[in-house]
Amino acid sequence: MAKITLDKLRHSYLPNPAGPDDFALKQIDLDWTDGGAYALLGPSGCGKTTLLNIISGLLTPSHGRVLFDGQDVTHLPPDRRNIAQVFQFPVIYDTMTVYDNLAFPLRNRGVDEARVDARVREIAAMLELEDRLAMRASNLSPDNKQKISMGRGLVREDVNVIMFDEPLTVIDPELKWRLRSKLKELHQRIAVTMIYVTHDQTEALTFADQVVVMQLGEVVQIGTPVELFERPQHTFVGHFIGSPGMNILPVEVDGGVARFAGHAVQLEGPIVRQGDRTEIGVRPEYVRLADSGIPATVRKAADIGRYTVVETMVGDHVVNAITDRLPPAPGARVFLHFEPSQTRLYADGWIATEVWK
Amino acid sequence: MKTENQRGWLFVLPVLILVAFNALVPLMTVVNYSVQETFGDNLFFWHGVGWFEDVLRSDRFHAALGRQALFTFTILLIEVPLGVAIALAMPRKGFWVSVCLVLMALPLLIPWNVVGAMWNIFTLPDIGLLGYFMNHVLGIDYNMTQSPLAAWVTIIVMDVWHWTSLVVLLAYAGLISIPEAYYQAAKIDGASNWAVFRYIQLPKMKRVLTIAVLLRFMDSFNIYTEPFVLTGGGPGNSTTLLSIDLVKVALGQFDLGIAAAMSLIYFAFTLLVSWLFYTIMTRNEQ
Repeated sequence: MAKITLDKLRHSYLPNPAGPDDFALKQIDLDWTDGGAYALLGPSGCGKTTLLNIISGLLTPSHGRVLFDGQDVTHLPPDRRNIAQVFQFPVIYDTMTVYDNLAFPLRNRGVDEARVDARVREIAAMLELEDRLAMRASNLSPDNKQKISMGRGLVREDVNVIMFDEPLTVIDPELKWRLRSKLKELHQRIAVTMIYVTHDQTEALTFADQVVVMQLGEVVQIGTPVELFERPQHTFVGHFIGSPGMNILPVEVDGGVARFAGHAVQLEGPIVRQGDRTEIGVRPEYVRLADSGIPATVRKAADIGRYTVVETMVGDHVVNAITDRLPPAPGARVFLHFEPSQTRLYADGWIATEVWK
Repeated sequence: MKTENQRGWLFVLPVLILVAFNALVPLMTVVNYSVQETFGDNLFFWHGVGWFEDVLRSDRFHAALGRQALFTFTILLIEVPLGVAIALAMPRKGFWVSVCLVLMALPLLIPWNVVGAMWNIFTLPDIGLLGYFMNHVLGIDYNMTQSPLAAWVTIIVMDVWHWTSLVVLLAYAGLISIPEAYYQAAKIDGASNWAVFRYIQLPKMKRVLTIAVLLRFMDSFNIYTEPFVLTGGGPGNSTTLLSIDLVKVALGQFDLGIAAAMSLIYFAFTLLVSWLFYTIMTRNEQ
């Protein structure tokens, strides 16, 4: 087990990258502490898999270094880094039994059979595969196949990190939930560093202690699920996380006051940065339908169970609000109130207010 | 009782007629000849299974069958591993893929009697490129019209040259269908190249290789044109394979009964081996 450091990491798939657009990964500096449960969250094509393959050694970065416990492993092949990786589609060795599949990584490393047997049985018990050990792996259902893939990672005692590349894509929703809890439980039991790549915010937020949000080859924010939800550092994180996402509304700033559609909006604290493009971000959870405030017209309301999402229009701008009361009818005129402590200013996408101390 | 609409059969009728005329009717004529004896004048007499007994007891048939089995066995033993090896060595992406595929497909596109003629000229000791080189440069006595060994080596090399590509193309198709993740997982699991071949590539190629072996078995077991053009079955009878012998019996000697019985035994044998092989190879699949 080890602490993983990414040092000025950049990667381009082109031989001679010219501008920043040629890089699949722009500068990344990151520390993954030993034993943590991390999620790497971002839309498709943001560089998550590239980053994962660089950590596992399947890909050598064009710039920068990868350190395991301070040791440079940038140019080491995967089998010498002691890592494990679970792929999107379950990889199993069809001709082998479940037992042999689990034993494969150990046998390749010349571990003696007694030890192999003990480990395989232990891991099979954890994954609830004991009664299937003698079966041919190709006859199993996708979720059990994916368990074997995980098992091959877990079976080695000395792995530095186990990486999951969207491992639940092919699993049925009901089993997805169970497998995810199983994974969380395993992490608590064996405390190995786990990095979980996904574009599904629910998966990321429920699995990880720390979520790394990526966009266009850059890390935009690292934080606990609560931090990401409560105080996004970037408008991208705001609207990517949450359902519906944060309301991002263009404002004019003059004399320290932000004005949205002509109405002054109270912010969480003083403005500390300027930018060409200024926006406020407020989550629908903190937009209240009030008796006074910014006038708006209700466009539609969607009841999604515990609460109702009310879509309103302020001029040309859509503002979502969440209410647990009976929503007003479409066309109704209402007033919106933004909760000041949850209303932030973003300059050129990045957060530009500080919290009052 | 539920009445079923039987009109569907009408749609199968054209195919049935077609198959009847190009396969069933000719086959039945052969069956007809195989149980009768004639002394000319289009007069036929019932002969029972006499021809079959004659053929099965004949040394000539045993020898031809033996040569045929040896030929098929040898070319399978060379072409399958060689084809897999070439497929493994071929690039998986980039410009060279199409170059390799076209080069591989070339021998398959040449008409069979042209292949025979090409190799015949190629191996002529006085003017053929290979024949001249062997005899006059290397000083090896190589003349397939005189030496049975030379004739055998030549027909085998010719078949390998002509047909290995088929195995290559099929094996290659199997190989490129393996997702990249399998190789990555194997790398992470610390698998050696041999383990990758044994546990990933070979299992994934199993189906196409089954087809490849089956096709090569049937084609080589029924081979006629190329060795006929190349050696004509000689020197002596040394390369007289089953089909060449059959044609000699049927058209050279005009022994219709024996030829018909031989054809049916030949056909049954090919069918039996193919069926056995396919059943064994696919027995573990549901």
